[in-house]
This record gives sequence, C-alpha cells and structure tokens, in this order.
Amino acid sequence: MFVRGLKRKCFDGEEDIEGTLAGIKAIPSYNLQRQSLLDMSLVKLQLCHMLVEPNLCRSVLIANTVRQIQEEMTQDGTWQMINTQSTGQASLDRLVSTDILCRSSREQAEGKHVPGYSTFNKDFEGDQAQDNSETMSTASSVQAPRNLQSNVWEMENLQENKGNFQKSLDQIFETLENKSPNSVEDLFSEVDNSYYDLDTMLTGMMSNTKMGHCDGLETFSSPTTATSNSNCKSDLNELDHIVEILVES
Amino acid sequence: ADIISTVEFNYSGDLLATGDKGGRVVIFQREQENKSRPHSRGEYNVYSTFQSHEPEFDYLKSLEIEEKINKIRWLPQQNAAHFLLSTNDKTIKLWKISERDKRAEGYNLKDEDGRLRDPFRITALRVPILKPMDLMVEASPRRIFANAHTYHINSISVNSDHETYLSADDLRINLWHLEITDRSFNIVDIKPANMEELTEVITAAEFHPHHCNVFVYSSSKGTIRLCDMRSSALCDRHSKFFEEPEDPSSRSFFSEIISSISDVKFSHSGRYMMTRDYLSVKVWDLNMENRPVETYQVHEYLRSKLCSLYENDCIFDKFECCWNGSDSAIMTGSYNNFFRMFDRNTRRDVTLEASRESSKPRAILKPRKVCTGGKRKKDEISVDSLDFNKKILHTAWHPVENIIAVAATNNLYIFQDKIN
Repeated sequence: MFVRGLKRKCFDGEEDIEGTLAGIKAIPSYNLQRQSLLDMSLVKLQLCHMLVEPNLCRSVLIANTVRQIQEEMTQDGTWQMINTQSTGQASLDRLVSTDILCRSSREQAEGKHVPGYSTFNKDFEGDQAQDNSETMSTASSVQAPRNLQSNVWEMENLQENKGNFQKSLDQIFETLENKSPNSVEDLFSEVDNSYYDLDTMLTGMMSNTKMGHCDGLETFSSPTTATSNSNCKSDLNELDHIVEILVES
Repeated sequence: ADIISTVEFNYSGDLLATGDKGGRVVIFQREQENKSRPHSRGEYNVYSTFQSHEPEFDYLKSLEIEEKINKIRWLPQQNAAHFLLSTNDKTIKLWKISERDKRAEGYNLKDEDGRLRDPFRITALRVPILKPMDLMVEASPRRIFANAHTYHINSISVNSDHETYLSADDLRINLWHLEITDRSFNIVDIKPANMEELTEVITAAEFHPHHCNVFVYSSSKGTIRLCDMRSSALCDRHSKFFEEPEDPSSRSFFSEIISSISDVKFSHSGRYMMTRDYLSVKVWDLNMENRPVETYQVHEYLRSKLCSLYENDCIFDKFECCWNGSDSAIMTGSYNNFFRMFDRNTRRDVTLEASRESSKPRAILKPRKVCTGGKRKKDEISVDSLDFNKKILHTAWHPVENIIAVAATNNLYIFQDKIN
C-alpha cells in the first residue's frame, strides 16, 4: 500500500513535511491530512487483522475513526469536485474514475462475499508486485474507458486501472487544490490504491456501513445535496450526465 | 526482570503485589519498625515470588493465550493467610499466601528426611513436636476460575460483601462467587448480534466500595454506566449514565480515541469516582451524571501531537489512576517516566520522574516541567525530547500513608513522604 522507501511523516501542528514533498514546505491541506490519516488507519486495521487475536478495543477505535473519515468524505471534500471544474476530456476521466469506484464496491457487494481480510491481502500482495504497471499506466489513461466496457475485472486489470485511477485522482485534486500538477502527483504517488483498499476493507468488514462513494454520487442526483463550492446552475448539464452514467451501469 | 503489568497494595498496605508480563507475581512486605535499623523503616522487601499464570494454547482457535498478569486484587484479610486474585486474559486464579515458620518433627511413620520407616522397626509411639524453622512463604492456588470469557479480561473487582467478585472483558461482565469455580453469572453483555455493528467496548469495571449491589463500567466512547444488581439479573440497562458533553471546538478525528476511558476507580469514601482518558483525569460525583466535578490535565501538551501518537500507537496506551487514602489527592502516570499528582484541595499539581539517573535513594524528587513551546528554560524538557517508550501505566497509593508505588517498564519504584 505504501510505496517502499518513501518516508511517511504525519502532520502535526507546524511541522515541515520532508521526504516525499520535494522541497514544498507548507502545512498540508485538510484533505491531504485526512487522506493520510485514512491510509494510516487502514494499514493499522489490516495489521490488526493479521494478528490471530486482535486487540478488540484498538480495532474498534480505529474502525470508528475510518468510518468517521469516510462519512465526512462523503458529505463534502471528495465528491464535491465533480461539480467544480469542467473540461471535456478531464470530466470524462473523472467520471470514469468514480465509475470504477462504484463498480468495485458493487462487485464486492453482489458477487463473492469474501471476508475482508483475504481480499485486502490479495490487494496488498498485488501492490507489491505491481510497481512496474504504474509506470505504464500514465501512458494508457486513454485505455481506461475501453477496459471498463469490456468488464474484465481480473486482478491484473485492477492494477492497471488503479494507475489510471490515480491519474484521474491527480486531476481531481489538482482542480481542488490549485497547486502545480507535479507537486500534487508527488503527494499522491503513495495514495493511488487507497480508494480500492477503502472499498474492499469496508465492504468486507463492515458491510452495513454506507458505501459512501456510491451514496455520495447518488445524493448528487437529488436536489438536496449541500455543495457549498459548486456552481450548481452551470453544472446542471454535467449532473445530468453523471446521472445518466449511473443509471446505465 | 520482566515488564510490570500491574501494581496493588493490600488493604493494610503492608503488602505490595506486582504482576508482570511473564505471568509472575512478586509480593513485597513492609519492614517492621526496628530501632536498631531506623533507616529500614518503611522499606519494602521481597516477601514471596511465584508463577501465577503460564502461557496456554487454545487449540480450538489456534491461539496462544498470554500469561501476562492484567490485574491483581487483594481480598480483605480474614486470618493469618493472605489471599489475592490474579488474572491474565482468560483465567482468574485465587492464590493463598501463607507463612510457615514451624516444622513438625518426630513422625512415627517416616524418617526426618521423609522416607517411610519399616513398620517392623517401629517399637514405640511418639507425639510429633513443632520446632521453629526459617520463615517460608508459600503460595498455592486455591481456586481457578476459567472458561468464562471469550474476550480479553481487563478488570477484576472484589465486592464489599467479600464473597463475590466481578470480572470484565471487552464485551461482558461476569459475577463470581469466590467459592464456586464452575459457574458465573453474566451481568452485562454488550455484544451486538452482528459483530460488524460493534462500535463500543468495555474498558474497565469496579464494584462500589460500600454498596455491594452497585458497580460501574467504563467504555471506549468515554462513558461510564452505573448499574444496580437489584434492578434486574442482567444489568444491560444502567441506573446512571455519566458522560461529559463534547466540546465542539476541540473536535478532531482523534476525539473518540482520546475520550476512551482506560481506568475507573471509586474513591475510598464511595461518593466519587475517577476516570482516566488519554489526556486527562476526571473526578465525578456519583450524584451528577452530566459532567465531572473536577478535570485535571495530565499532559495537555500532547494534544497537538495526536497524529504522531496515533501513528506510533501511543494513543492507545492505557494509563491507570489512583486515589490516596483520604481521597484528597490523585495520581496517574505519563511518558518519559513521569508521573503526576494532583491535590484536590489546593489544586496544586506536581510532575515527578521515576528513574535511577535522576534520583538517588533517599533523595527528594525534584519536580519536573515540560516546556511546551518557545524558549526552554533550564531543567525543563521539551515535548519533542520526551521518551514515549518510557511510560508509567501502573501506579498505586498506600491505603493509609503517603507511600506510592510506581512501575516504570520493568522497574518498581517506591516513594514515600519525607520523614521530618
């Protein structure tokens, strides 16, 4: 899950973050911090479950933290940006990436209900082996829609699409953060698998927890969504487009 | 020496028991006053050592059960022998510690070295006589209370009726009779039907010191429930519910974790109870459920470091707390081998350090100070220099006098008020 060799440092107060952020000295944004916390929590949970008899109190506290972050992400941050920027190509990629999320969670929900740990471990093992696929993913982002259409949801494709997804994520956060693309990519070079992990972990372990990503998307189609930053009027067309895709899939 | 996992004075304070990670119990006894050796008054020396729990293997789950002693609780003394309960994650044992200082000599059927005598050689009968011998302290297990807990036992508490006690794990609390080992009553069960819905666990439980029908248990969500066993057999519905409303301005993703209560202790009077969460100690009046009457910050300077502490798992450390005999002061541990004492009347507090380097025997402890920001004064220590591996989780206060026992990893420190 973490790219080997990259130092992960936590945000605390005014501490500078060294290592991955080649030269950027700034307090990380709230979303970055939250994402980092989520990653850390998921790793802890995974380690918890690798122990034969986990410390129940610790597991429950970490799981509650994950759920809290996920709920907050559903309400604002992550899904808000879908409405903000709109360039033709970029929007398609973004929609593709959200579709991937929905598919993966649905795949888990309806198909094989494997215990969360084993799926997560498989992802984990997949991660270790797949560093090379990430380098080719940047070139093949155009391939993404076609992969989806063919609906071959094997492990190998999963890895490839993770790379694509990461690219899309970069664009998403780029628009949100108004930072230079390079720095954002550096920031998120570790983060690419997190959404998959979140999905597999949460569907496997806490199947009653709302699948926030999908639910978040669904709320977009309803007029009651609170999106403070969005220009609702100008993006209504896009909203319809999103709803169309949801309905189709 | 192994890592100390629990420290407990007995009711008179003459004995101090420690349990460690290796399943051993070491009991210290206070030396009697001796005019010829005035300095040894109040010194605690080893009285008895025994192996209480051994590592076990659960064949059904393929799990090893740790032998670490989670808690020791003394029983009130009723005769010459001493009794204590010690527990690991799964099994509670009642130990009898007794002294033997006489030996019988002159048996008829066996020799002095124990060999059986040839019946033909016995020509006369004699009455064995008791002769003094070197003091021997024996510990023997009298009861073993096993197989009643699916989850890890975190607390045991002897009832004021001196006949029953409770044991609590993450999800259930059981009531035992000290004489009966094959049965226990389940009095609290918070296990949800679907384990995936689990969001809260039991973290500590204790009987009221005077009312044998009342006990409390704390949770990982920072709440305390007081239950009355007279109201129903299963105490899933509390009689009182203690929770402090959350301060919305200090809310963060760590709010729940740091609100998790790691220890709950009734005052000796029975009027108050004290809870320890990650950053503070709170004193509650049993008659007021909506907020504590006193709150003491243990190490507020850690609040801005919560993310790092979450990363290195220190945020899950379970600190204990204790009252002094008169309930006028409370004590709890912190990091860097620091421990804190708060005087409830004067509102003064002090930070002291338990380490060999910083204090010689009989030297008066120097108060320590943690510098939170800006310029560090001389003798102050900055937050970033704190050693988070040196944590004081277990402390105990003598029931009557101002003598405290502080466990710093694998060392035990005993401090007392300076004698004028």
